[in-house]
Amino acid sequence: MENYLHYFGAALGAALAVIGAGLGIGRLASAALEGTARQPEMAGDIRTTMIIAAALIEGVTLFALVICILLALK
Amino acid sequence: MSETSHSSAGVDASDGHAAEALDAAAHHGGGHEESIGDTVLHHVTDGNTLELPFVGDVHLPEISIGGLDLSITRHVVMMWLASLILLLLFGFALRRRQQVPRGLANLLEMLVVFVRDELAIKNIGEAGRRFTPYLLTTFFFILTCNLLGLVPLMATATGNISVTAGLAGMAFVMIQWGGIREHGLVGYARSIVPHGVPIWLYPIMLPVEVVGMLVKPVALCLRLFANMLAGHFIIVSLICLIFVLKTIYVAPVSVGFAVFIYLLELLVAFIQAYIFTMLTSLFIGMTVHPH
Repeated sequence: MENYLHYFGAALGAALAVIGAGLGIGRLASAALEGTARQPEMAGDIRTTMIIAAALIEGVTLFALVICILLALK
Repeated sequence: MSETSHSSAGVDASDGHAAEALDAAAHHGGGHEESIGDTVLHHVTDGNTLELPFVGDVHLPEISIGGLDLSITRHVVMMWLASLILLLLFGFALRRRQQVPRGLANLLEMLVVFVRDELAIKNIGEAGRRFTPYLLTTFFFILTCNLLGLVPLMATATGNISVTAGLAGMAFVMIQWGGIREHGLVGYARSIVPHGVPIWLYPIMLPVEVVGMLVKPVALCLRLFANMLAGHFIIVSLICLIFVLKTIYVAPVSVGFAVFIYLLELLVAFIQAYIFTMLTSLFIGMTVHPH
């Protein structure tokens, strides 16, 4: 089993990373939608900021994903 | 196996990686000599061969200078191709300089003015005009390399950590140069720790600030690399799933997801080029005006 433990670690790591990203970007999207609903004329600015923040959060997730891929392909 | 590979090839012939994965799987007889992980890696990472449509595999020269492997690999050719495309595009669009640009020149001017006004001047101030050529080069080069990876039979140069490390290294040099030029060498060294920090906090603040200075380009490098690699990895893995499960009935699902990820990749290509340039301009602004 020691030979295959790194597959388990990689899968667990990827799953946790995706949970973190999903929660984070979900909260971001909900805040953006609420802000747009309150002030529809700010929709463009809010959308731009939302995309930027989503890309940054996604970046952190993909750091973890790269480590998981390295582990799974060891 | 050959009948299934032909029918799947007809469904998604636009995705070059998928076509290559199908070829590889057909050649390797269902992946017995080479594991699926190796097949996926083979299509996503760098290599010494260039795969052209009618010629087949072209072996690129392997040059080693003083122990360093400086061979011309696929990603190097892709970077040259991106540079050539940019030179031709801008050269062609700006043949005749008119007062009101039309067509391609209008589109390019829109992007150039966007980078200059929203990124360079907004983040760096008036000194931003000096940094605009570098920021424009970064933005367009990364954008072209990202988009080139989506074309069939081409590879993503920015999906190679060496390429993104080079871009991040250049960003690091520009960030430090911006600070040193603005404040002088001594003034810049004094501005590493923010103003108003009491002297007894310096032993903690100085290492923290220096580490922060070094980590920011590393984060830029990894973010671009991981985003570009992950998309292609997922597309190739989804197509290889057809061969792992050895059934044609998973193909509609697999190809459907692959097309969706492909479109997402298109969006991510633009966003990541913009994020890299925006963060670089933000960091340069932070060293030029340390408020």
